[in-house]
Amino acid sequence: MSRGTATDLVYLIAIVGFILALKGLSSPKRARLGNLVGAGGMLVAVAWTFSLPEVYSHTRNLVLIIVAIAIGAVIGVPSARLVKMTAMPQMVAIFNGVGGGAAALVSVTEFISAPNKSLAIYRIIEILFGVLVGSVSLAGSAIAFAKLQELMTGRPITYPAQQPINAAIGVAIVALLVVTVVTASTTVLVIVLVLSLVLGAIFVLPIGGADTPVLISLLNAFTGLAVAASGFTLDSTLLIVAGTLVGASGTLLTRMMSQAMGRSLTNILFSAFGSVVTASGADADAAGRSVRSGTADDIGVLLAYARKVAIIPGYGLAVAQAQHTARELADALAARGVEVYYAIHPVAGRMPGHMNVLLAEANVPYDQLEEMDDANQDLSTTDVALVVGANDTVNPAAKNTPGSPIYGMPIINADLATNIVFLKRSMRPGFAGIDNELLYDPKTTMLFGDAKDSLSKLVAAVKAA
Amino acid sequence: MIAAEPGLMTFITVFVLAAFVGYEVVSKVPSILHTPLMSGSNAIHGIILVGTMLVLGNAHGTAQLTLGFLAVVLATLNVVGGFVVTDRMLHMFRAKPTDRKGPAAEAGAKDDGATSSGGGSGGTPS
Repeated sequence: MSRGTATDLVYLIAIVGFILALKGLSSPKRARLGNLVGAGGMLVAVAWTFSLPEVYSHTRNLVLIIVAIAIGAVIGVPSARLVKMTAMPQMVAIFNGVGGGAAALVSVTEFISAPNKSLAIYRIIEILFGVLVGSVSLAGSAIAFAKLQELMTGRPITYPAQQPINAAIGVAIVALLVVTVVTASTTVLVIVLVLSLVLGAIFVLPIGGADTPVLISLLNAFTGLAVAASGFTLDSTLLIVAGTLVGASGTLLTRMMSQAMGRSLTNILFSAFGSVVTASGADADAAGRSVRSGTADDIGVLLAYARKVAIIPGYGLAVAQAQHTARELADALAARGVEVYYAIHPVAGRMPGHMNVLLAEANVPYDQLEEMDDANQDLSTTDVALVVGANDTVNPAAKNTPGSPIYGMPIINADLATNIVFLKRSMRPGFAGIDNELLYDPKTTMLFGDAKDSLSKLVAAVKAA
Repeated sequence: MIAAEPGLMTFITVFVLAAFVGYEVVSKVPSILHTPLMSGSNAIHGIILVGTMLVLGNAHGTAQLTLGFLAVVLATLNVVGGFVVTDRMLHMFRAKPTDRKGPAAEAGAKDDGATSSGGGSGGTPS
């Protein structure tokens, strides 16, 4: 067997590993194994690559490769291990961004290493695609990271003539792409690279709040496609398949996430959602209404003597690191014979499934977690809906107010429960910036404060009741 | 031109088939696993590491060496960060005993989690 055939075979094994990894994610039981199989595939592919003459024949370059991998591992492993579970979305964003950056660099380096103007036109197109998409993904992910890490405001950022300016940059890039194909000029390619970074940043700036996870998913798909483009450039089936797998899965996931929010992807990407909303929100309407606020003791009694309690967690619970305290409350209630379940909105938290991860971290049993559709059937027979740091995902405006920006988004019908309790820091609107009429409902009691503090007080109150 | 490149059509075929495979495999993932899926697929595109190694291995001159070196560092971050983060997430989905017989063990695990997350960024998980 020739070395080339052996390489193809090893890379095929890695590809199978990647497909099995994605398949393993179909079930909570096999997901972890699946991820390890994927990591195994990666390890095999990388290890075998060291045996290729292209990699080991120049000693200096080989040393550089080893040093670079060591640096990456030394930075990457600790930051991935130490990050808090609530900070996962921005970690995914940044690890995605660096992948896009690597793909763009591969394309650029292949371009400048080619003997002058000897590249076929389709080669230049492949390279340009890799540079463009990889750079957009890198810059976009960096901005998304900054937003989620609260290094900058998480709200949409708009400026005058935003759409025309963005469009002008887009047109300029397209023109320069054509110029690069014709002239094969390195200078023009560098300009394309810089403008692509700018495009990635300005593309992401007007997207904020609850839309950021959809964006990260889309950028993940972008990086996959950039890697596939690098695969075409390097004639590597391995990179093409792995990149395309991610491109396809990321696209599908992005669609599922937008569907969960009841909106089209175009609307999410180009409508500067939150800024419009705060301007046109129902604040005038809400001004004259009063809210009822209760004490932890009152609410503790209400919970302790209920038959069935739904805990509806939102991002506020995650921010307050209150998932463990929420479980304590559930245990305290269960000890009194109260039936407790968690009603999980698909986009609760900042990413789909994020809330499940957080609750799993607190060892909440699976059978207490109810997906939105099941929960909505149970809520009409539920005595107390305890909304912990959630807002938009229970906002009835999504059902009742056709003009509302979240109209059409599926919500958890907390309003069906006999009593509603909101644990919230303030009356401030949620991510989407929309007022929530449920806060003013006569059935609703507010308990203001940090979610973790409030839950601790409720645990004490329930135990005392 | 394109027709003169026999390999290209094969690669395009592979690309199209892989797109279908990616779509089909992922369409069966339950929504509770969407975050790990995003993270896991994020790790998989770290395969660009193999590409960056080939590029740096062939690099000549300062410009190519610098770009290639940077590319390998970034790609390695993508790979190790992606898989470690995903593994941490999925660790929490590991099959737990569904019976309530082991509350002591569960409580112990829960306390560990609470301590390390409460300890902030200065925590010492290993």
